[in-house]
Amino acid sequence: MIDKRVRDIAEGLEGIQDGSTVMVGGFGSVGQPDSLIEGLIEQGARELVIVANNAGSGHVGLAKLMEAGRVRKIICSFPRSAGSVVFEDLFKAGKLELEIVPQGTLAERIRAAGAGIPAFYTATGVGTKIAEGKETREFDGKTYLMERWLPADVALVEAWRVDRWGNCDYRGSGRNFNAIMATAAKTTIVLARKIVELDEILPENVVTPGLFVSRVVPFQSNVPV
Amino acid sequence: MSEFTPLSRLAMAARVAHDIPEGWVCNLGIGIPTLVADCLPKDREIILHSENGILGMGPSPAPEDIDPWVINAGKQNVTLLEGASLFHHADSFAMIRGGHIDLCILGAFEVAENGDLANWATSAEDAAPAVGGAMDLAVGAKRIWVVTEHTTKDGAPKLVSHCSYPLTAPGVVDRIYTNLAVIDVTSRGFEVAEIVPGLSFEALQAQTDAVLHRKES
Repeated sequence: MIDKRVRDIAEGLEGIQDGSTVMVGGFGSVGQPDSLIEGLIEQGARELVIVANNAGSGHVGLAKLMEAGRVRKIICSFPRSAGSVVFEDLFKAGKLELEIVPQGTLAERIRAAGAGIPAFYTATGVGTKIAEGKETREFDGKTYLMERWLPADVALVEAWRVDRWGNCDYRGSGRNFNAIMATAAKTTIVLARKIVELDEILPENVVTPGLFVSRVVPFQSNVPV
Repeated sequence: MSEFTPLSRLAMAARVAHDIPEGWVCNLGIGIPTLVADCLPKDREIILHSENGILGMGPSPAPEDIDPWVINAGKQNVTLLEGASLFHHADSFAMIRGGHIDLCILGAFEVAENGDLANWATSAEDAAPAVGGAMDLAVGAKRIWVVTEHTTKDGAPKLVSHCSYPLTAPGVVDRIYTNLAVIDVTSRGFEVAEIVPGLSFEALQAQTDAVLHRKES
């Protein structure tokens, strides 16, 4: 019997190594697997490279992991936002490396990694600071920039309903980076808001097929959903 | 000297909204562009796109109707219109980068007379500027309209002959709506289409770094 469900967060995060590249899904607070991110503090992995759209806010989730000194580098599109105080302090102190990537290029680099495409060309960033040091090439009279895929060791994803095969659907605007990050990592760990029976998500409504999912962690929180 | 009133932020948003035709798919940037959503003519169906995976975004909800799972790219709670669809980030940016968005309305630090746009970093030394989706939108949308105050708070021109700030994208801006004028970016540079009542062409030029051209009728 295929059963990807694990008991708890600790079991879900087992084996994550120091120096791993870890993708963190979500956009804003929607679909952000905060309890998995904070679980990494207890899990203990260090020198992490984080791939996420933002660099955390307040002192929870990603910001808390950064504050605990576990993050060496962050790859994101929008590091500064309301409440990104932990990022600001660490970056100013030179304790955090930063790679800025335009949001669409970030999404496509992740998608490309999931699809086995090592590089692609895009018009985004041509003629800007983003293009410095990157190969350009002309196609049909227009200049494009070569961007590399962005594979990860681990993806931390939050989905709405998940079954024991790992099939997922998402709620509201919760697909965002979750659905693509799930395809791009060696180990994809899904925080399931609801664990359901195999026949509950109609096959035509599965967004992330279970093949992409390694472990399913039940959502443990007193927060009503 | 004649009297004139610069447009308020909301009036600027309303002025832009007036020009969006029925059926267009539009993406709105942060700041004044976001206000355009509340000014769209009620008699036109215009589809709003949000980078985080929404087509058919509706107005902000009443407090009792907030669905915490539905937010826009500015992380604000929004609603979904009938006919809306939801998708992931790669599909969302395929819409942008694949040329499927009719119009993107963005704010700007500077716009140059050749259409260069600078709206993501205020200095070359800023090591951590936030680019978000601006570069993708700037090159991917079919049209780029900028809505911005005509000058900075200190009175420095934002419509310039050459951008001094790092570029978001070269040569992409089609039209600029300011609190003083509507200006088209053409092959000969800035062409003034409209000025607020009471302000002369010469007075507008005095607040603009680049040379302004009168529209040829």
